[in-house]
Amino acid sequence: MPKAYFGRRYLLSASHRLHVDSLSAEENRAAYGKCNNPNGHGHNYLIEVLVGGPVHPETGMVVNLATLDEIVQTIVLERFDHTNLNLDPLFVNQVPTTENLTRTLFGMLKDALPAGDLDYVRVEETENNFFQYQGS
Amino acid sequence: MIELTRRATFSASHFYWNEAWSQEKNEQVFGRCARRNGHGHNYTLEVTVAGTADPVTGFVVDLKWLKDVMEREVLAAYDHRHLNLEVPEFAAKELIPTTENIAISAWNRLEPAISKAGGAKLSRVRVYETPEIFAEYRGER
Repeated sequence: MPKAYFGRRYLLSASHRLHVDSLSAEENRAAYGKCNNPNGHGHNYLIEVLVGGPVHPETGMVVNLATLDEIVQTIVLERFDHTNLNLDPLFVNQVPTTENLTRTLFGMLKDALPAGDLDYVRVEETENNFFQYQGS
Repeated sequence: MIELTRRATFSASHFYWNEAWSQEKNEQVFGRCARRNGHGHNYTLEVTVAGTADPVTGFVVDLKWLKDVMEREVLAAYDHRHLNLEVPEFAAKELIPTTENIAISAWNRLEPAISKAGGAKLSRVRVYETPEIFAEYRGER
């Protein structure tokens, strides 16, 4: 069976503030700039999920779109969409940079897929920057 | 090694149907995509080749040549067609024109022409069914 990849993009709107308690106010300001503003700010994140695996001969699919949508909806979007990322328990001990968000989403989705393997998670924070994690 | 990607678009109709299954099972697995009269998409085809830049021209491949290969091998067969009815690899009804299978079929159409040219190698084919849904094939079997 040929191995192919199926990709899907999801919109996630959330707010965050980049700030770590171990740094001083000045150091936070120097490291994070505007992203350190006390009340936070938001983004329309685009979450791109790529799943790799054999193309099932009966369906012609690596993974059923509806199944993938339900998993991402349940695990990621219902938890994070229209929320403040800093208030989620997963970001109590790590700053919600898009790097950390990307790695966190990869970990959450990796074991939840019924078919195929998670190849990468890409998070586009704005049109001009994006982050990708492949599990190593 | 440099990768070079060229995009093209084609518009086509299709539906998903497994001949071995009942209507109920087809509708259950494929949902709206199983409607027998079909529906259509504006697909985007992304073809990536990898190679080294020619010392004289500075090209990995001539983009015009790659554009022509894509048009001749893929777009001429797929653009403004009903994939299930008019494209041989799907009309035989053994291969469902899912985005995955379109990516694999496009690879199979492109790869002989690109390897015959003896320069850059086909690296991947990505097919966007919508801006949010895509499939990719890298030649892995």
